[in-house]
Amino acid sequence: MNLALIALLPFLGAVLPPLLIRSGRNVCALATGAVTTLALALLLVQVPAVFRGEVVRASVPWLPQAGLEASFFLDGFGFFFAFLILGIGLLIIAYARFYLSRDDPMGRFYAFLLLFQGAMVGIVLADNVLLLVVFWELTSLSSFLLIGYWRHLPEGRQGARMALVVTGAGGLALLAGLLLLAEVAGSYELTTILERGEAIRGSALYLPILLLVLLGAFTKSAQFPFHFWLPHAMAAPTPVSAYLHSATMVKAGLFLLGRLWPVLSGTEAWFLIVAGTGLLTMLIAAWIAIFKDDLKALLAFSTVSHLGLVTMLLGLGTGTAALAAVFHVLNHASFKAALFMTAGIVDHEAHTRDARRLGGLFQLMPITGTLAILASLSMAGIPPLNGFLSKELMLEEALHTEWWETGRLFPLLAVAAATCSVAYSFRYILHVFLGPVRDDYPHRPHDPPTGMWLPVAVLVAAVVVIGILAEPVAGPLVRLAAGAVTAGAAPEVTLKLWHGVTPALMASGIALLAGLVLLAAFGPLVTLREALWRPEAKRMFEATVDALAIGARAASEAIHDERLQRMVAWSLLAILAVGLATGWGGIGPGQRPGLAMAPLAVLLWAGAIAAALAVAAFHHQRLLTLIVTSVVGLIVSLTFVWFSAPDLALTQLSVEIVTTVLLLLALNYLPPESPRESGAARRGRDAAIAAMAGLGVTGLLWAILTSDFALPSISAYHLAESKPGGGGTNVVNVILVDFRGYDTLGEIIVLGIAALAIFAVLDSTFRGAAVERLRTWSHGPEAADRHPMMLVVATRIMLPLALMVGVYIFLRGHNQPGGGFIAGLVVGVALIVQYMASGWAWARARTRIDYHALVGFGVFVATATGVGSWLFDRPFLTSNYGYLHLPLVGEVELATAMLFDLGVFSTVVGVLVLANMARVAARAEPQTGAPTAMDSVPEPSPPSEAPAPSPHAPAAARAVQEA
Amino acid sequence: MELLVASGVGVLTAVGVYLCLRGRTFPVVLGLSFLSYAVNVFLFATGRLVVGRPPIVDPAAPGYTDPLPQALVLTAIVISFGMTALVVVLALRGFLEAGSDHVDGREPGAEGRR
Amino acid sequence: MNHWIVAPVALPALVAAFIVLAARFDLLLQRTFSIAATAALAAIALGLLLLAADGTPRAYLLGNWPAPFGIVLVLDRLSALMLVLTQLLALAVVLYAASGWDRQGRHFHALFQFQLMGVNGAFLTGDIFNLFVFFEVLLIASYGLFLHGAGAARLVTGFKYVTVNLLASTLFLFAVGTIYAVTGTLNMADLAVKASQVGPEQVGLLRTGVALLLVVFAVKAALVPLHLWLPGTYGVACAPVAALFAIMTKVGAYAILRVHLVVFGGEGSPAAGLVEPWVVPAAVVTLLLGTIGLLAARTVQRLAAFSVVASMGTLLLALAMPGPAATAATLYYLLHSTLAAAALFLLADLVAERRGPVRDTLVAAPAFPQLDLLAGGFLLAAIATAGLPPLSGFLGKLWILDTLRAHPAWPWLWATILGTSLLSLLAFARAGSLLFWKAVAIAPPPAGDPPPRARPVLPLVATGAIVALPVLLAAFAGPIARGLEATAAQLHERTGYVEAVLGPRPLARAAER
Repeated sequence: MNLALIALLPFLGAVLPPLLIRSGRNVCALATGAVTTLALALLLVQVPAVFRGEVVRASVPWLPQAGLEASFFLDGFGFFFAFLILGIGLLIIAYARFYLSRDDPMGRFYAFLLLFQGAMVGIVLADNVLLLVVFWELTSLSSFLLIGYWRHLPEGRQGARMALVVTGAGGLALLAGLLLLAEVAGSYELTTILERGEAIRGSALYLPILLLVLLGAFTKSAQFPFHFWLPHAMAAPTPVSAYLHSATMVKAGLFLLGRLWPVLSGTEAWFLIVAGTGLLTMLIAAWIAIFKDDLKALLAFSTVSHLGLVTMLLGLGTGTAALAAVFHVLNHASFKAALFMTAGIVDHEAHTRDARRLGGLFQLMPITGTLAILASLSMAGIPPLNGFLSKELMLEEALHTEWWETGRLFPLLAVAAATCSVAYSFRYILHVFLGPVRDDYPHRPHDPPTGMWLPVAVLVAAVVVIGILAEPVAGPLVRLAAGAVTAGAAPEVTLKLWHGVTPALMASGIALLAGLVLLAAFGPLVTLREALWRPEAKRMFEATVDALAIGARAASEAIHDERLQRMVAWSLLAILAVGLATGWGGIGPGQRPGLAMAPLAVLLWAGAIAAALAVAAFHHQRLLTLIVTSVVGLIVSLTFVWFSAPDLALTQLSVEIVTTVLLLLALNYLPPESPRESGAARRGRDAAIAAMAGLGVTGLLWAILTSDFALPSISAYHLAESKPGGGGTNVVNVILVDFRGYDTLGEIIVLGIAALAIFAVLDSTFRGAAVERLRTWSHGPEAADRHPMMLVVATRIMLPLALMVGVYIFLRGHNQPGGGFIAGLVVGVALIVQYMASGWAWARARTRIDYHALVGFGVFVATATGVGSWLFDRPFLTSNYGYLHLPLVGEVELATAMLFDLGVFSTVVGVLVLANMARVAARAEPQTGAPTAMDSVPEPSPPSEAPAPSPHAPAAARAVQEA
Repeated sequence: MELLVASGVGVLTAVGVYLCLRGRTFPVVLGLSFLSYAVNVFLFATGRLVVGRPPIVDPAAPGYTDPLPQALVLTAIVISFGMTALVVVLALRGFLEAGSDHVDGREPGAEGRR
Repeated sequence: MNHWIVAPVALPALVAAFIVLAARFDLLLQRTFSIAATAALAAIALGLLLLAADGTPRAYLLGNWPAPFGIVLVLDRLSALMLVLTQLLALAVVLYAASGWDRQGRHFHALFQFQLMGVNGAFLTGDIFNLFVFFEVLLIASYGLFLHGAGAARLVTGFKYVTVNLLASTLFLFAVGTIYAVTGTLNMADLAVKASQVGPEQVGLLRTGVALLLVVFAVKAALVPLHLWLPGTYGVACAPVAALFAIMTKVGAYAILRVHLVVFGGEGSPAAGLVEPWVVPAAVVTLLLGTIGLLAARTVQRLAAFSVVASMGTLLLALAMPGPAATAATLYYLLHSTLAAAALFLLADLVAERRGPVRDTLVAAPAFPQLDLLAGGFLLAAIATAGLPPLSGFLGKLWILDTLRAHPAWPWLWATILGTSLLSLLAFARAGSLLFWKAVAIAPPPAGDPPPRARPVLPLVATGAIVALPVLLAAFAGPIARGLEATAAQLHERTGYVEAVLGPRPLARAAER
């Protein structure tokens, strides 16, 4: 459990700094330090167990379904890294307290730092490989935040994005690799996986696994060719660079290589890829580092080079090489962190880190100078410092390595890399600290406050002590960690300064001399390098990303161009494809005897076909096609009559009328004709799609009509139960209000909503562009004689009749064709006609009902009727027929069904009137230019509230004014 | 008879589809109502075609047609009516607002998107 | 019979009707009713979830008619889960809208309640024609909400949205008709039983009907190439509405699960196995197009819209995989993607509202009030959406990757999912650093947050709640996953559902007394 806590503490602690910053920078820094110290203490508690060679474990299930467990384990290797991460983290926190300026938000900085720290500790303690990926990606995210900490600097933003994308991509590859690894190993727990080396190396998936895992490791550890993100991450504040690029972030990749060393290493592929990449990276980066004038860039590339060194050692696959790798991780962490901090101090004091503008700082800042020089001597591999020891081990290994069938090439390149590293290390000393004092520093430097150089001193002390007393100080720890890497077979190597005059010693002697020569020839070298072509990694990356974005935009906006015709066409094609692919061959006519063709029917059929085709052909003349369309509608309702569906016929007819009226009203404002704009090709394509659809439907229906139900229909029950159960003889109506009354409820609610929506849409007519258009329309020629006398009189006489008919239809509905819906339509139409004939204002003035109320009432009554049946402990919408044992049963028997139908009725009436566009006409009527109070009362908004800020705020404001 | 209905529905569908693919709102609206004619008859016909046997319970009746599809079609008609009403109003308002009755709210030639 | 089962439909219907009837002139009253009702609904939904947690599906015979002759509602783990998700989302949205958006047009709250009624009804119903009816209810309510606030863009886009969906509704009727013409029933449980009894000569008809139904649901679920309506619609709807629409696409996914998995997916069902061959390839393309759209988006709201498309691709990919494990993973990702998308839409609006004239367009603009707060929210939402650890998006994808192993083309499916994750990571990193970092470079945030004109805090709270949910979803992934596994198991073990519906006899009718 403690283990989990070590990783989680920093995450939990991350909330402290932002809160405590209010009580001062020192408190903030101390709190952060306390969190890290606590975690470190928890880690050190485990020391005895770890050194006894035990493996400490802790596990909490998280998402076991996907193999993800929050399980941790601690062995020598994990301990080694966790110690580095937390230990150096502590120093960084102290250093940052003095490095950050007053206007840097320190709370956020420490919060991000702790998040990052937690993620790093998580990586090295994770047992479950998926958990490892979680923490892995968390380091990418938190480093994104840290690198972009100075968000106002473009370099910061770009560097952060680049680091995130490169390492994030690696993380995803790693995820895939580890999933496969887990599948092969049959477990997600590293402790188990590490015992399945044979099986894994033997499996067919070994190579994919290796490549994916290496992709993750190399991107994280900035190995060639993924090294380019690291130098740009230097835009971060120096404490961040010192932390990320010495002990943590970039070491995660090395950790992974070491962690999986027992299962993945030892094959030809491993050696060629890992050792090769490492060597190349080591050489190339070291060469580049020589020429970097920005101190942090110089250190960045030297970091890349040293990461390459360690990678190379791990790639060799021998136990001693592994030990050398572990040892160098320790040494590099110590001197590189120190060097970054000194660079930060120089920058902080001299206000520049450009080597060309520095020099002679030793006299001005002796303490910093001494520390920096010691650290860089260690980096150069000069005895008796710790850098020397690990470099000796490295050269020793390199000298015994065959590569490309020769034992010479590998050592040669290794020595060359060592030479370069000598060169840039000494350049850091000579061009910055030695030489004459200058008088043109941007700011005259001197040694920083103790708090700032003390952390450096601690690290340099380590550099020296480990160098001189390697065996007693570092030996056990290094062997412990290395033993964990090589899975038990702890290589018996004692760390000591003097091995006698070995080839390795001579090699580093050569490297030292060559390096100094190289530096002596610095000037010419620069000119030489300027001549050579150098790829600009950053520009290439940015270009790729931009190209990607531009390409994506082009593609996406070509595809999603919001054109309705395309949407419809694609939908239809999809429907046809699926329908035909599924139905083809499976559908054919059956044996059901058909009805004889009646001549009249044929005639009607011909009429319908002709009318329909005419509409398709002449759809440009809108009025004409509208009339022809209603003919089709008429024939449809006749079809219903013919095939014994009187209710349908009635409904279809009345709906037909209302729809036509609505369309006529709309046509009043719309252009009378459609322009001919689609070319022959387009029309042909559309016709083809249409024909396919038509044939498909014909075939489908033909197959249905010529075959019987495969199984008896449930409607037999409805016929049987209609009278006894539903109390009505008109089965269709009983189904509507009783068997499937719930459908009808939904249906009228659809109508109600339609009414509200339509009302809301029309209500906005008065805002924006529409107003002008309406005004011009209303003054157009059509405006003359808008209420012809004949029509007015006729409609006024019609109204009472219509009302009577409506009531009649309503009452007989349950037993004979009819019912609330049709009745509603009849009455509604009669009312609309009033509006059309006599004008909106006139009709408005004479109506007492608000049609919203009518709609609301209708829906409310219908729903309430349903709820009412709860009172009788019956389910929703149970018709109440028969529950009330009253006299005059005839009166009450249909009580609830009737009530329900009443709801339907009033909804329909309300809908029709709200839906009628005569309101628009009302808007256009000159005398009533403004909305009449009755039907569009804008919601009065409390004056206290300001109008909501939104794209339509002005509209809102106007709405308020209208009130 | 069955063939007449099947083919009739097919033609209605075809015309509806063709109109829905037009570039102006009004024909599209007409197309939608054609499709609802088609689908209403289709749905109705799934009860198979019967002449002279309305589903009105009556001891004297020789038998009844399938009432369920009729009820479903009634619901469908009502719903499609509500939808048509809304879409008509939308077409109108779109025209009043955008000044074009093209389905994309702007004359094909006209520039000025985004 | 437990009357609470129908409450998620009846309550919003009554409240909406009441608002129209009595409260239409008083916005404050409308808000009160709407929020109270939504809160009550959330409570009811949670109650129903607990009820369903005992693993027995419950049928509710409407009108007290026995199944399959009347209409039944069915409450099982899945419908209860969807109800809870919907109400939680709705609660946040209505709180968000109540601070001003609802003033932009008429009848917002009535339409909102009707919308809830439609969605809840679709989740509860056990009858395919009734499913059609409630699809129409939720659609027409969504048209109303979408057009809320009007403006030319919405009116024109609205026409497209309505037209495409009307086509889908027409197809729905064709499909239902075909299915009825063969089986003679509309009740889902009954269909599940009868599907396997259909004679060979009519199997073709049945399969066609069921396949067409798949297309209908694919339109709702925005499966390529039926997704073209989505980006525009979600891109111009007003923020709270767009956030609520995050559930709409899931209605399509739910319908596929219910109809094609439970009803027609059983062994021996002639209409089984229609989903995988069509949906897998289409889902891959959906995921790709959605991700490309993320990179291409010019506004944050369109970014959110395309994140919906991409997430539907992932979701449907998992949905098409066989076996309960895949279904459970699908459900987890469904919960996640709904919340993450809603969070993005709300954040887009909060940002837009503060950035002044540039609104939420992805161009450099000066820093704005409460920048750090919104940046934090955006970071979380982006991590969740892009599928990075440690939030629900990553866990969901991890689980889905695990279930994809069953598929022969798994390496390609993995590559697609991981590759698109990287691209969306890139897209969000670009957008975020532009919105929140570059802004500071142009002009530091106005000193003295909270800004001079005090802003309503309610939207921030609502958004915070929605952003927090993916975090909880990740933190309690274990228990949640167990619940989802039980849900998936219940779906795959169909007999319980069938018995629950066809078993119970209605209560005595008076006529028989």
